[in-house]
Amino acid sequence: MNKKTVTAIVPIVVFIVLVVLFWFALDNDPKKLNSNLIDKPVPEFQLPALQNPEQVFTKADLPDELFLINVWGSWCGPCHIEHPYLMKYAQKFSIPIVGVNYKDKTIDGLKFIKDKGNPYHMIIADQQGNLGIDLGVYGAPETFIVDKMGTIRFRYVGVIDDRVWNKKLLPIMEQVKGSDIQPVATQ
Amino acid sequence: MKQLISFLIMIASFQALAVIETYEFETEAQEQLYTEIIHELRCPKCQNQTIAESNAGLSEDLRFIVYQKVMDGETKRSILSYMQERYGDFVLYDPPVKPANYFLWFAPLAVFLIILIIVLAKVGRRKVTPEE
Repeated sequence: MNKKTVTAIVPIVVFIVLVVLFWFALDNDPKKLNSNLIDKPVPEFQLPALQNPEQVFTKADLPDELFLINVWGSWCGPCHIEHPYLMKYAQKFSIPIVGVNYKDKTIDGLKFIKDKGNPYHMIIADQQGNLGIDLGVYGAPETFIVDKMGTIRFRYVGVIDDRVWNKKLLPIMEQVKGSDIQPVATQ
Repeated sequence: MKQLISFLIMIASFQALAVIETYEFETEAQEQLYTEIIHELRCPKCQNQTIAESNAGLSEDLRFIVYQKVMDGETKRSILSYMQERYGDFVLYDPPVKPANYFLWFAPLAVFLIILIIVLAKVGRRKVTPEE
């Protein structure tokens, strides 16, 4: 190859590499951070139940099967959008959803589930946000997939809708569980 | 002119709102350590700010945790690793040199070397003819 062809080809190659790079970067949301808690146990906590401040929840109260942890707050706009989906999945599937009412006022949290329904198996009131910080939460809503051993396997930041549920969460939950997850028959 | 001045005053007053909470320290060393640490932690919520600069609720919480830990006599290393355990390398403005971060650390050097080689090759080949 003579020098002229090289000078002609180099910019084209650089251009193509950049196009490919940017193409992949399109799908990559820089606001979505990898969780540092993947394959680590759910952190210890000792926090009151939202519906009954007398009752104290600890890690031992978490379900001993595959479950979800959903971090939400009445102050969080996207949580309002996500809520009907959680209601639907709680009805349709037998996967317990543990709610963490994150940095919310008890009265507001209670009003939220009273008005919109309660999809949660249990709700932990994390008023100070300590459990949130231990979970590395940086933007509600966040949803964690936890296996029956209490190990965090996946984290999703943002609103769960049908697309996220069917394309991401369900396949990962099935993989973690090692079996298909079928909707519960409703009469 | 008047409008410009009032606009500038308005801008300046926004700045004033950004003042963050103040904490009481027992010693100057503690205060220094606190300031140093919050300037090295990146806010996970608002990605291009340190938690010292950010007004996000999360940054406020993280600053409070740093404050508590400094007062408890924890070292800088243990406070930074506490944050890293929860938020990953992302939270550190001085990320560790490890395979996942090699690109981050060495790409600038690689680009510099490539440019250096190209420049040297070009310049080296040039014939120097004194202009008269």
